[in-house]
Amino acid sequence: MVKRTPLYSLQKELGAKFTSFGGWELPVLYTDILKEHNAVRSNAGLFDVSHMGEILISGEDAVPFVNKIITNDVSAIPQNKILYSPMCYEDGTVVDDILIYKFSEGKLLLIVNAGNIEKDEAWINKHITGNVKVENISDRFVLFALQGPKSEEILKDILDEEIELPSFYWFIETKILGMKVLLSRTGYTGEDGFEIYLYLPNSCADYEKLWNGILDAGKDSGLVPAGLGARDTLRLEAALPLYGHELSDSILPIEARLRSFVKLDKKEDFVGKTALNNQLEQGLKRKLYGFEMTDRAIPRNGYDVTKDGKRIGYVTSGGLLPTLGKNGGLLLSEDLTLENDDVVEIIVRQRACKAKIVPLPFYKKKYKK
Amino acid sequence: MEVKQGLYYSKEHEWVRVEGDQAYIGITDYAQDSLGSIVYVELPQEGKAISRDDVLGVVESVKAASDIFSPISGKVVEANEALLDSPELLNGNPYDNYIVVLSIDNQDELKELLSPEQYDEYTKGE
Repeated sequence: MVKRTPLYSLQKELGAKFTSFGGWELPVLYTDILKEHNAVRSNAGLFDVSHMGEILISGEDAVPFVNKIITNDVSAIPQNKILYSPMCYEDGTVVDDILIYKFSEGKLLLIVNAGNIEKDEAWINKHITGNVKVENISDRFVLFALQGPKSEEILKDILDEEIELPSFYWFIETKILGMKVLLSRTGYTGEDGFEIYLYLPNSCADYEKLWNGILDAGKDSGLVPAGLGARDTLRLEAALPLYGHELSDSILPIEARLRSFVKLDKKEDFVGKTALNNQLEQGLKRKLYGFEMTDRAIPRNGYDVTKDGKRIGYVTSGGLLPTLGKNGGLLLSEDLTLENDDVVEIIVRQRACKAKIVPLPFYKKKYKK
Repeated sequence: MEVKQGLYYSKEHEWVRVEGDQAYIGITDYAQDSLGSIVYVELPQEGKAISRDDVLGVVESVKAASDIFSPISGKVVEANEALLDSPELLNGNPYDNYIVVLSIDNQDELKELLSPEQYDEYTKGE
């Protein structure tokens, strides 16, 4: 059964084209991926990302328990701060990459990828220790992402209360257009921006009121509704990993440039620690690099990569990098000696097309700290 | 979606315009609309012999690469190289911007293609 967000009818009226993603039917674009991409880079875009999953962990042992199933350290952050972390299997490969919202020592909200909700829930339940309660509350939220340099001025227009907006990776609870929301300064585009969680129960009219209210507030700032197509090109330019591409149940987070999110020295033992530690001691087998095409071709996910004719790996994500006006992507290489400007070949339909290794990210973030 | 008169159509969303023993082949308005912004076109070598249903070229949008399957058999007389630098021409004017010109091997293959009316009906069912 394909799931739809409560905004489906409204999106259809806006002219959205839909695609299936993680068991959902979601807007891939409203007018044009490139226009939506550019709007987010120069003004702002509004995404409906209600498909994301939410799992609430509560109880007095919430923090030590979550620390046992993630690689990062949630005990080290204060209330109202957000933490990004991989969640690993015993062998160090990745169950999911998640955000953790710390409401208190006894209440953590995990934001998980849409396609992984059931898998994550089962995995978390399997590892329960101590006094904790695990609730999959994914169906209780509608989630919008307002992204782009003009996000702050747009948002200020529709806040009910005079408040100080949260800084990057912080959240607050507040009211917008009379509705209680969870507001965080997060996103997946490499731009400043916010994610707005609308608590249920609310009616479909409320979701539409919030969506339309934000669009109205941004009318004169160049705000447009944006789909998954632009979300993907934006996150690729910012070199943000996408589960199923840069991370999966066959890739280690330390291979995917996420070493700083793996805290081997935290107090709690955590699932995957031994495997990750061993791999670091033995040395990595693979590493993620950025590349740009120098020959004319578009690299795509799964294409083989060679160097001097010998296969060294594959493309995990690739395509047009609209802000740079180039084609490029991320590749997972067994050759760990690659350096910037090294020439590799991407095999596009049996043809070896030249590319060069470049520093990441392709597009430099402009987050408001 | 525009379906132009005077052309043959394939179920793979290509159009064929016959001029004597040559066929101009492009993608339909329906195809360009489904693909979205076209950002790259790969063309066949001139002189290459193509059988029906062979890959004639590739059209890539931001999201994906799509093969163009040849609706008829023939030899490549000309590939439209303007598309290499301006692939977006296929979005703007799909019926004026052909992808290749083939010399037609077998006129009978044309009979198996769809008329504008049939193609219009076909896309409404998709």
